[in-house]
Amino acid sequence: MTLAERVLDGDIRAAARLMRDIDDRFKSATDELKTLYPHTGNAYILGITGPPGAGKSTLVDQIIAAYRKKDLLVGVVAIDPTSPFSGGAILGDRIRMNRHADDAGVFIRSLATRGCLGGLSRSTMDVVNVMDAMGMDVIVVETVGVGQDEVDIVSTAHTTVVVMVPGMGDDIQAIKAGILEIGDVFVVNKADRDGADRTARELTAMLEMKHPEPEAWQPHVLKTEGCRGVGIDELIEEFTAHHTWLKESGALQRLIEERNAKIFTDTLRQELFDTVFGAISDSGMYRQILNGMRDRSLDPYTAVEEVLAGSAFS
Amino acid sequence: MAERRLRVLVGKPGLDGHDRGAKIIARAFRDAGFEVIYTGLHQTPEQIVSAAIQEDVDCVALSILSGAHNTLLPSVKELLVEKGAADIVLMAGGVIPEDDIPGLKKAGISEVFTPGTSTETIVEWVRTNVTPRA
Repeated sequence: MTLAERVLDGDIRAAARLMRDIDDRFKSATDELKTLYPHTGNAYILGITGPPGAGKSTLVDQIIAAYRKKDLLVGVVAIDPTSPFSGGAILGDRIRMNRHADDAGVFIRSLATRGCLGGLSRSTMDVVNVMDAMGMDVIVVETVGVGQDEVDIVSTAHTTVVVMVPGMGDDIQAIKAGILEIGDVFVVNKADRDGADRTARELTAMLEMKHPEPEAWQPHVLKTEGCRGVGIDELIEEFTAHHTWLKESGALQRLIEERNAKIFTDTLRQELFDTVFGAISDSGMYRQILNGMRDRSLDPYTAVEEVLAGSAFS
Repeated sequence: MAERRLRVLVGKPGLDGHDRGAKIIARAFRDAGFEVIYTGLHQTPEQIVSAAIQEDVDCVALSILSGAHNTLLPSVKELLVEKGAADIVLMAGGVIPEDDIPGLKKAGISEVFTPGTSTETIVEWVRTNVTPRA
C-alpha cells in the first residue's frame, strides 16, 4: 500500500511520515497528495494567530478539549520559528497541549517555519490536507508568534482568530494595517490582567470604525483566560456562528474559489521556476547569463526574455 | 531540494520537575541544526510515544533525575515497539547510577549520558547514531 492509501486507512504512522516527506520536500510526497486530494475539503479550518506569548498554544489546548467534548476529531498544526543561524528549531507549542497526546481523536503536528516569513511554513497547507484526508473534523493551525505583517493564515483558515493580550500599546496600534485587519474573531486573552477591559474596548472601537456592509460578518472581541478555561465556551460558539455565516452567506464558496486559485497559481509559479531554472542551470545558460551580467554586456531583462523565448511559452 | 532535517523529541517522563538539563540539551540540538520537539514536564510514557509518532521523530531523548529510570525508560521502549515504532532511537540522560546502565541498554535504551557529559559529546553521538529516515 502507498503512504496515501495507508493514511486513508487510518494509519497514524503513515500520516506522520507523509507530513515529514511533505515538509522535507520529497518529490514522492506530491504523488501521495494527488491521491489524497479528492478526500479533502471536509474539515473546518481554524487559524489562531497573535504575538509571541499571547497564550495561543494554551488557548488551542482549551479549544481541543472543547471540540473533543463534542466528539469531534481534532487536528492541530503548530508552527514555531526556525533559527536563521543553525537551521534548527525548538518546537514548544506541544508543551501546552500534550495532555491530548494519547487521545486517539487528536493529532498534533509541530512544524518549523524553515525560512518562510508569513507566519506559517511552506508545507502548512499540504499538512492540513493530510489531516483533512485523515478525517479530522476541525483542524487548528497555530501560527508562529507574529508581529504586524505576517498574515498568510487568512489564506489557509476558514475562521481567523487574532489573539491579543492587555497592555500591548495604545489605540493607534489597533488601527494600523496588518494582522488586526484579518481577524474574524478577536480574543483578549489573559483577561484577568489589568487593562483587559480597556484593550477589549479599544479593539471594539477599532472594529466599529469600519463602515459596516449590511451582509458582512461583524467581528466581535471576546475575553478569555486560557489557563483557567474562562470564556472558551463563548469562543467556540463564536466560531460556530462564523462558520454558519460563511456557509449561509455564500462567503465560504467565494473563500474556497479564491483559495483554489491561489494554490494553483502558487504551485504553477513554483513548478515553472523549478523547471525553467533547472533546465538553464543544466544547459549552462545560467552561467553564461551571470558572465554576461558581470561585464554588463547582458542585462537581466533581456536574459529573461531570451530564456522565455527558448521555452514553449512565448 | 529534498533534504532530511533530523527531528528529535526532548521530554521529561514522570514526576520530576527539574528541566534545566532538558532545556540545555534542547538548545544544543537546536544549535546543531536539529528540529527539537519539546514536550515539557511530567509526561507519561504513553504521551511521549504518541507525540514521537505524530511528530515522526528520528530520536527520543529523555531527561530523568527522579530515580525512576529503571521503570519509565524500558516502558517507553516497550510502547515504541508495541506501536510499530521500534526504529525510533531512544536515548536518555540524567542522574542514573553506572550500575543501572547495562540493564537499561539491554532493555533497548541505545545510550545513557550521566552528569558532566558535554553537549558536544551528546550532539556528536546523535549525529553518528541517528540517521534520518530515507
